[in-house]
Amino acid sequence: MSSQKEIELILARQLASHLAMPIFIVDPPGNLIYYNEPAEAILGRRFEETGEMSVEEWSTIFKPTDENGNSLAPELLPLVIALRNHRPAHRGMWIVGLDGVRRQIEVTAFPLDGQAERYLGALAIFWEPEI
Amino acid sequence: MKVTLWGTRGSLASPGPETARYGGNTSCVEVRGNDGTLLVLDAGTGLRQLGLSLPRSLRRVNLLLTHLHMDHIQGLGFFGALRNPEIEVHIWGPASTKLDLRSRLTRYLSPPLFPVHLRDLPNTILHEVPRGDFEIGEFHISTALICHPDPTVGYRIESPNATLTYLPDHEPALGAEKFPISADWTSGYKLAVGSDILIHDAQFTEDEYKTRVGWGHSSLAHAFEFAELAGVKSFVPFHHDPSHTDDVLDNLIHESIDLAQPGFAVIPGMEGATFEPG
Repeated sequence: MSSQKEIELILARQLASHLAMPIFIVDPPGNLIYYNEPAEAILGRRFEETGEMSVEEWSTIFKPTDENGNSLAPELLPLVIALRNHRPAHRGMWIVGLDGVRRQIEVTAFPLDGQAERYLGALAIFWEPEI
Repeated sequence: MKVTLWGTRGSLASPGPETARYGGNTSCVEVRGNDGTLLVLDAGTGLRQLGLSLPRSLRRVNLLLTHLHMDHIQGLGFFGALRNPEIEVHIWGPASTKLDLRSRLTRYLSPPLFPVHLRDLPNTILHEVPRGDFEIGEFHISTALICHPDPTVGYRIESPNATLTYLPDHEPALGAEKFPISADWTSGYKLAVGSDILIHDAQFTEDEYKTRVGWGHSSLAHAFEFAELAGVKSFVPFHHDPSHTDDVLDNLIHESIDLAQPGFAVIPGMEGATFEPG
């Protein structure tokens, strides 16, 4: 899965590593190639521990559900929508982090389009709504 | 291949007795293939002298621009081959998200910045990068966007017997809490890995870099670390800061070698230097 990353992804990771907002970055096939420290707090596991994850792995491992506890299929997740449909997406959901804790979150995701029609993947920002 | 440095200075031409050895002309490097193919890397002020050295029999020049900052294109207006209808000049360079290469170059090659318009130059053919690998004569060329403000590419040039990587304006340490980081997350790594010669930005001292983060350039220490990470055989510190005199550069390079104890050769980037890698 690991390979030389495009400069836009490198810069996105550097930006994410300096922001206080939880951020996911995925490549065009959907592999989770980076998440920052604030995202580690939500997911309950450090990036250094999990490393990169395939879309099948990360889209189900957090057990995303709606407010009624119904499972959300991968195609309903904002990051998957951004990846597959090439458009921004947003929704609220519940997840169970890798630490076993259930959390309410909101997710905003958008595709990353580079110059020369290079499709680079997508980026998602996670919000923990104040209750 | 045979490599000649015609301009090694960064940002601003800096002629004078205190820069005579490393040179005052801005970025320009000649790469000659064994089959006679001529590549010119960047069109800084060093391009004028390079142009004067070209044989009359030459019919094609391949000019590879990393980006369109002034210190990398200023020599274009003074490059005789561009006005010679018998010479075909192919120019590769990056477009931006909204402007093609021609429009971007025209901003310089048109009044009021320059009296001659790009459209009036005969036999000039433009090619946009980055794109897939391509061939020019005996050379196989790879390009990729690298970390520097505004669209900027690096070039990896492979001949049958040597590989040269040219990253004159490059800040791979930008944003890294500790540099170097892993190779796959390092700007320019794929272009540089295993090269016989790496010509790389080494504009700043460590102290200077601390107040110039994000300007798109490297400290000498970061450049050494990048070269080590990429496993190159030799490294040419390049794009010297205009304020660095010959004596300052001598000291900086020697101190860096002492500190880094590199596993590669270090060839000081001096104007007029020639070498034949491989």
